[in-house]
Amino acid sequence: MKWGMVIDLQKCTGCGECAAACKLENNVAIVAHKESEMGRTMLWMDMLTIYEGEYPRLRVRQIPRPCMHCDHPPCTKVCPVRATYINEEGIVAQIYPQCIGCRYCMAACPYTVKSFNWYKPSFPPGMARTTNPDVSVRPVGVVEKCTFCIHRLQIAREQAKSEARDLRENDYQPACGASCPTGAIVFGDLENANHQVNRLAHNPRATKLLEDLGTEPKVIYLKEVD
Amino acid sequence: MEYASAEPHPEAALLRPIENPGKSFYYIVGILLVIILYTGFVYFRQLLYGLGVTGMAQPVTWGFYIINFVFFIGISHAGTLISAILRLSKAEWRRPITRMAEVITAIVLAIGGLHPIIDLGRPDRMMHLFYNGRLQSPLLWDVTSITAYFTASTVYLYIPMIPDIAILRDRGVQPRWLYEFLSWGWQGTEKQHKVLDRAMNILMVVVIPIAVSVHTIISYIFAMTVQPGWHSTIFGPYFVVGAIFSGIAAILVLMIVFRKVFRLEGYLKHIHFNYLSILLLIMSLIWFYFTFSEYLTGYYGHEPNEMRVFWYKFAGDFAPFFWAMIICNFFLPVALLCNSRTRTIPGILIASISVMIGMWLERLIIVVPSLANPRLPYPTGIYIPSHTEWMLFLGGVSVFVLGYMVFARFFPVISIWEIQEGRHESAKAVNERIRSYMPDPEPTSAAE
Repeated sequence: MKWGMVIDLQKCTGCGECAAACKLENNVAIVAHKESEMGRTMLWMDMLTIYEGEYPRLRVRQIPRPCMHCDHPPCTKVCPVRATYINEEGIVAQIYPQCIGCRYCMAACPYTVKSFNWYKPSFPPGMARTTNPDVSVRPVGVVEKCTFCIHRLQIAREQAKSEARDLRENDYQPACGASCPTGAIVFGDLENANHQVNRLAHNPRATKLLEDLGTEPKVIYLKEVD
Repeated sequence: MEYASAEPHPEAALLRPIENPGKSFYYIVGILLVIILYTGFVYFRQLLYGLGVTGMAQPVTWGFYIINFVFFIGISHAGTLISAILRLSKAEWRRPITRMAEVITAIVLAIGGLHPIIDLGRPDRMMHLFYNGRLQSPLLWDVTSITAYFTASTVYLYIPMIPDIAILRDRGVQPRWLYEFLSWGWQGTEKQHKVLDRAMNILMVVVIPIAVSVHTIISYIFAMTVQPGWHSTIFGPYFVVGAIFSGIAAILVLMIVFRKVFRLEGYLKHIHFNYLSILLLIMSLIWFYFTFSEYLTGYYGHEPNEMRVFWYKFAGDFAPFFWAMIICNFFLPVALLCNSRTRTIPGILIASISVMIGMWLERLIIVVPSLANPRLPYPTGIYIPSHTEWMLFLGGVSVFVLGYMVFARFFPVISIWEIQEGRHESAKAVNERIRSYMPDPEPTSAAE
């Protein structure tokens, strides 16, 4: 089993719904405006703005950017305490109680996907009581990032077990995929021929971010054609 | 010499700061303690609120603390390494320098070694490094090599100090118990001298590879990632050269200060400064050679990400720092030290301070630009260190000055027994050595 994600940029409208859903699902702290200006915004799913060409042929695109969940992750290699590791299903996971906050993984990640809790996570008034109970709120001083909503996998797995059946494709979908209004984000098992991602990953439009680094990301983008 | 009971010692100038420290010592210690106390308060604030009180953000997630870590560890290199090399190569002029150099290592290494801990988001979980450590991570290699270097260099500082401590003990200097305890029953017998010599010989051989490994491994922290500007094979030797370079500058500054403050003109002569500054000049040239190779290869490879970092340093936001570094590390010291007319004490002082500033800038230029230019298009601000980070830097420097002053208050900064040994035995030993280098006289025909 190897969990992966396909993001079809042809279908993506750049609405940012995935980023918002992710933030709520995973209790990602909402930092104050001043902090955000400094570059301390926390987004597990970020919207990258890419400028191509020059005026008058300028094109601006917005692409969703979760953690790439590399098969050869540069971040897990350098972690001194195994607070980030790749599990047997290919998910690059974080162990928050283990993290010492050295931020070496952040420096090593070529995709810059990791966020750090510079302060104790804060939420606007009222929101603190509506955090998702399935996801722990991180303490101050640790690194965090997209986990492919691994808690949803755990829940789906227990559900399937209690119903004495195998895990189905739609049982486990991360919040970004589930919320995408155009169905641009597809999630599933890359090694399972019946899963949609398996087929899409072999689409001729399929490409990966910074593929030449050899990190083997498991997030696959389908290029726009027009 | 007010309360020392014994008759004037032949090396009285070296004992003066211990037996008669003077009032200004206490004033300076007081000022330093205030700075350190305030630094402690600032750090406590960081502990309370988190690393948010610094200027670091995403993507520049490493800032002053890591820069100063690399810088301080670099300074620490000169001491033990240089002293070991000079001792091993039997350079007679080393005698008044070695101790001073070794003390730099011991104190600066302790300060530098603390920096990664200051930088941790969760210093309370520091022990995870020991019971959950992953040996595959370069950070663990660092912990190992710095610990080894600290242990080796403090032992290497202490062992040759034993006869001097015994001199202080025999002269009845206060606090007696300290010298009594630390002199380890030294009586100066022939056997004790033999053991001391053996221990020093072993230590100086052991300490050299450890010293080289320390800065190599610090460079590995950067070089083991795939980030542009960091992923370079010459980083190991480049860092070692930079470390020795900045370390020699630190020794020179310190020697000049001590010479002035303790009136050691008789011990630290112009020849010592001349030799060491020529070494500084050579290191400056080697440093330039490494820097040149590093950037020229990057430029010719012309990888887009590498080039973004390259131009960020050469003509972008970091250009002022970059060119200041080149001037401070190369043009200024080379210009001053090449010419024997400017290779005077003030000239050497200017060159050394300039090298220390330049090497600090080099650490800044290595750490920040690579982080500030991520491969993907993120909005990146400019990294501005906060008051907390400046304070901790100043605090680190204050701890160094205080540490050195306290050391100089209780122990001689110039090895008394080695100077005396030099006076009594060196001339003969060197004479004999030179005779052994010379070709044997040809057998005369008359002998046949």
